[in-house]
Amino acid sequence: MLAPPPFRLHTPASVGPANASSDNTRSRPAWSPYDDNGGTCVAVAGSDYCIVAASTRLSTGFSILTRDCSKLFKISEQVYIASAGFQGDVRALQKMLQTRNVMYEHIHRKPMSASALAQLLGNNLYYKRFFPYFTWNLCVGLDPEGKGSVYTYDPVGSFERVGFSCQGSGKDLIQPVLDNQLKAASPLVVPAKDWMSALPLEQAQDLVRDAFVSAGERDIYTGDSVEILTITKDGVNKEILDLKKD
Amino acid sequence: MFRNQYDTDVVTWSPQGRIHQVEYAMEAVKQGSTAVALKSNTHVVLATLNRADSELTSSLQKIFKVDDHLGIAASGLISDGRSLCKFMRSECLNHRYVYESAMPVTRLVREVADNAQVCTQRSWKRPYGVGLLVAGHDKSGPRLFYCCPSGNYYEYLAHAIGGRSQAARTYLERKHEEYPDASLDGLIGHALQALDQDFKELDEASLQPYIQALRDAEGGDGGGGADGAAPMES
Repeated sequence: MLAPPPFRLHTPASVGPANASSDNTRSRPAWSPYDDNGGTCVAVAGSDYCIVAASTRLSTGFSILTRDCSKLFKISEQVYIASAGFQGDVRALQKMLQTRNVMYEHIHRKPMSASALAQLLGNNLYYKRFFPYFTWNLCVGLDPEGKGSVYTYDPVGSFERVGFSCQGSGKDLIQPVLDNQLKAASPLVVPAKDWMSALPLEQAQDLVRDAFVSAGERDIYTGDSVEILTITKDGVNKEILDLKKD
Repeated sequence: MFRNQYDTDVVTWSPQGRIHQVEYAMEAVKQGSTAVALKSNTHVVLATLNRADSELTSSLQKIFKVDDHLGIAASGLISDGRSLCKFMRSECLNHRYVYESAMPVTRLVREVADNAQVCTQRSWKRPYGVGLLVAGHDKSGPRLFYCCPSGNYYEYLAHAIGGRSQAARTYLERKHEEYPDASLDGLIGHALQALDQDFKELDEASLQPYIQALRDAEGGDGGGGADGAAPMES
């Protein structure tokens, strides 16, 4: 999906109420409430860990706004959201989810599980089905059995639990690499439920690092550095990987 | 308190210039279980005495966390206290969402008091039957307030409400000069002693270290009962 083009200085003369349907000179709006700030997010779920990573470059058009913007957001000790897309909507979504998490903890006297937050996020995205949050989201955490869980979303709240996923500007570059390394060649070889990553932690971390380095080569919106979080039952480990600044 | 013809509803003044329904509501607070609070230069401590109605059940929760920096202890109609707690939590969350900072304690207490006042001036409402000890810590340091069913609020260095609170208040007044510089453990010890001077009812395992320390310091003796110390740390 492509964002509407950035702000235009000149508008066609025919800005106004409906043109005839046979009219091919459809005018474009002078102003868009959205912007695409780029960035890529990746998440991999393992048998007892969960890795989530996001690039830190923030762009607009062909310019860089900052090289140091985190797209990872902590909801509770072991549940994180990674969001790429329009930063304004990303921030609004993060604040809303954080508030809802505090309300949940007051009522239930425990933090939200990853699956609860996943459903909450999906519902809230769909509430704005007709003026969407322009965000590409991943929700990660450990499930009650201690296994990693990754939920992947589209901007209007369609989501599913998967073993690995990526979202954002570099997703088309990275997803095939993850499929190749993490997915079974055929559902007949490995039962469908188990096509989650069976890689040990270090190999999965290397894979994520390599994926970002490769994406940074070709995607102009991915670069500067990557924040990588590894969630295990012992806690959360953060690593920063530098990427090319061009 | 005597029954008379001016106490039927909250919108009727008595010839002596009193609103009896409000005073009856404050009486309900006095009938509740004891709650004690005190503060130092760095901490505020809330403590309640939780008694189970029978051996078959546990006691009601009387201390509620409102936000990371603020908590309350209720005495009287605890259900009214829970309702106020819900309102306070919602206000704190809203404040955090809009201003990305902790709600100042004084502002929240004033909102609660204004809410309570409304209930004293509507013919279709009744006053809240709960007194709240509001303990919080914001930019101005540790704060402690008491919110009354009448809609008044008062700031305190130390206070006790509910049943047998007079004995607690007497103790608190006697020792009040020690509080500002007391350590957290010292404050908790004072709170426990105010709550139950002879420690007849405090038998929870987690309280024993504090009680032992007090006994060692003063050479007193004690026994066992229900508990309820939940410090909101700064």
